Amino acid sequence: MSRIAARLDLEPATWRAIVRQSSTISVSLIPFGLAFGVACVHAQLTWGQAVAFSTLVFTGGSQFAAVGVLGDGGAPSTAIAAGLLVAIRSFVYGLVMTPVLRGSLPFRILASHLTIDESVAISTAQPTDDIRAQRVGFLVGGLAVFALWNLSTVIGAIAFSNASSFIKTWGIDATIPAAFLALVWPRLGPPDQRRVAFGGAVIALCAIPLVPAGVPIVLSAFAVVGGLRRSAPGS
Amino acid sequence: MNQGWVVPIVLGISVYAMKAAGPLVLGNRRLPAAVERAAQLTPAGLLAALVVVAAFKLDGHRALTLDARAVGLAAAGVALSRKAGFIVVVLAAAAATALARRLGMT
Repeated sequence: MSRIAARLDLEPATWRAIVRQSSTISVSLIPFGLAFGVACVHAQLTWGQAVAFSTLVFTGGSQFAAVGVLGDGGAPSTAIAAGLLVAIRSFVYGLVMTPVLRGSLPFRILASHLTIDESVAISTAQPTDDIRAQRVGFLVGGLAVFALWNLSTVIGAIAFSNASSFIKTWGIDATIPAAFLALVWPRLGPPDQRRVAFGGAVIALCAIPLVPAGVPIVLSAFAVVGGLRRSAPGS
Repeated sequence: MNQGWVVPIVLGISVYAMKAAGPLVLGNRRLPAAVERAAQLTPAGLLAALVVVAAFKLDGHRALTLDARAVGLAAAGVALSRKAGFIVVVLAAAAATALARRLGMT
């Protein structure tokens, strides 16, 4: 472990935190991958098509939205529109990750595909002055989720049929907000970060009943306006 | 049956375009200091919103709800304030929510 940390030029403690966060989050997503595989079978897709979703789209909420529409008997164009709406936040994530993902063109092309809630969350949970740690966090988190998400999708599509009751019984759905809370926790200390965090939470609460799934996260990005204004130089 | 392939391929390409727009178009250019600062602050709002959506949104509906996930989130908050590690926080949330469901919450 410490040898890898040295090779990546990271503090051993930072590397250990990244590994812990990436492994815990990717493992806790397995039941959702299983559930996605099951949803695909329900929508009369083959297991190959289910994996095509998890490999090519690789954005959980967007995949569930699109397959949900297909399962409801909706048209492919409706399914694509539903999936896109949920994924608009990917654009915001890409902008936020731009300073972290500087590098050669092939690197940026490949790394961009790993842009999801979890990789961005793990990246931004690293020390704000350590771009290298943010980069490693993004890549390790993204790759761990990519591997287990696709694996669990296949298994769900082929073998598993009661994934959603498993998720409910064992409280697996609560691991997701808990993981995000743990990642935002260190940011609740500095006043400017804390203001933006509370702003984002309030915006999301107000937006959930009003706009389609996925859009509340996009709107929460506007919380930064309050943080910037209050922390402008001289104030 | 072809729609089974069309949807993941078209959606995959479109979602990728959104993910890659920042890193590929803005790329390695230095951004103005104010924008870099915004990029540094924005995640706090995004993460907090992810917490709210994952804990309080009624699945598949445009509605808020208070169910057993909130109990799990509270347990996670308690664990974090006692400086528990990441894995403990996540397990505490799952255990608390599972228990609340066993006691009859949805």
